[in-house]
Amino acid sequence: MPLKGNLRDFSTTNLLNLINLAKKTGTLLIEGPNQSAQMSFRNGKLIYAAMGHEDGHLATVLRKAGRLTEEQVRVLRARAPNATDKELGLLLINAGYVSQSDILNSLRHHMLEIVYRLFTWAEGMFRFEPTLMPGDDKITVPIELENVIIEGSRRMQEWAHLVEELPNLDMAFKWAERPNAANIRNMNLSADEWRVVSYISPKNSMRAMAKALGMSDMEIRKICYGLLQAGLVELVRPPGMVTRPLPQPQRPADSARPAPPPPDRKQQVSIVTKLIARIRSL
Amino acid sequence: MQQSVKMVVTGPFNSGKTNFIRSVSEIDVVSTERKITSAAERVKDQTTVAMDFGRITVDDELVLYLFGTPGQKRFDFMWEILSEGMLGFVVMVDSTRPETFREAKSILETFRAYAPTPYVVAANKQDLPDAWDLDDLRIALRLDPTIKLLPCVATDKEKVKTVLLELLYAILAEMEAAT
Repeated sequence: MPLKGNLRDFSTTNLLNLINLAKKTGTLLIEGPNQSAQMSFRNGKLIYAAMGHEDGHLATVLRKAGRLTEEQVRVLRARAPNATDKELGLLLINAGYVSQSDILNSLRHHMLEIVYRLFTWAEGMFRFEPTLMPGDDKITVPIELENVIIEGSRRMQEWAHLVEELPNLDMAFKWAERPNAANIRNMNLSADEWRVVSYISPKNSMRAMAKALGMSDMEIRKICYGLLQAGLVELVRPPGMVTRPLPQPQRPADSARPAPPPPDRKQQVSIVTKLIARIRSL
Repeated sequence: MQQSVKMVVTGPFNSGKTNFIRSVSEIDVVSTERKITSAAERVKDQTTVAMDFGRITVDDELVLYLFGTPGQKRFDFMWEILSEGMLGFVVMVDSTRPETFREAKSILETFRAYAPTPYVVAANKQDLPDAWDLDDLRIALRLDPTIKLLPCVATDKEKVKTVLLELLYAILAEMEAAT
């Protein structure tokens, strides 16, 4: 029977938990508002993940992992344009460019980054296809889901915190007028942070920067929050922005309500036995 | 003097509570259904705004009443009233609508807090092609393996009887364990 629904109602955490506990085999297809994704599983283990429009070719994955240079990828694509991931992997190992563990670690990292991004998707139709598996040309890497779920949940908490701190992607930043000199001296920015820094301007909202830099909502929030915490930038709220109120905790059910006095146990058993006989006879 | 006992049938909006009671009640179900005005809830034409009420006479001395709770959240003030003195309860879940699973779990926990009586979960609409299977539903609803999760088609009298019987067996087992 189909396993389908919307992430709004049944989150990525819930889905992975279900797949893990039920030891499912098949592929989970998710259609988000802006992009699609797929994750494949064997006996409850993640073995493959791909994000719709993104290049998941082995050469690209290895370049992102720093195992191949841009030039090496260009040469590979020119010399073996139709090579499958498996063929390319063998070629690279035999040529001494990378080891098997380089390939598997890079693919594992690539898959996990996709899965962790899916944890932040609040909306998206999903369906699980038990008969659909990745093609033979794809390299699969089995990953236990328990730790993925724990790390995904941790990132979700981090995400919730970031959304609370920077609720509106239309917010922009300006350079701090009096940044702490000691902070700046000790600051080491990553390549992605430098890319964001180059766009900091009251005219550039986080949304616009994310689009220009090809970053996810989480990535841009995370970097901007880091810059803000370091005192390097200051927040510029869009005019008329209202801070979203935090959700109120639900009132717990009143379990202290006094229970009615217990009737005679023997009589109760007799009543239930009669009810069973009557319903059987319906 | 005639004695009456009651069981409650609860669950989210459109989970099949009215049909469930209708399938086994010996009287026409006293239903207080009204036309639905909210667009969000316009999955069916009518819904239960107060409660459904069905009856099964056992003998001259004993009558079982089945109460169906209103499915819409804004009538949840009725739940506590209906739960008072119940023998046990059935939580109906629409197996085809995962968007209602969280609410079903919340209703289940609310009723457990009102009265710690035995209960079973009926996975309704199992005859439909989009229905989730029971193993997946159990995980989705985070039901303990000891909780009975039963396949159900609320319009099928035999399936409804099975659900009620399983609830009664659970009630009996709890009584025997307590003595």
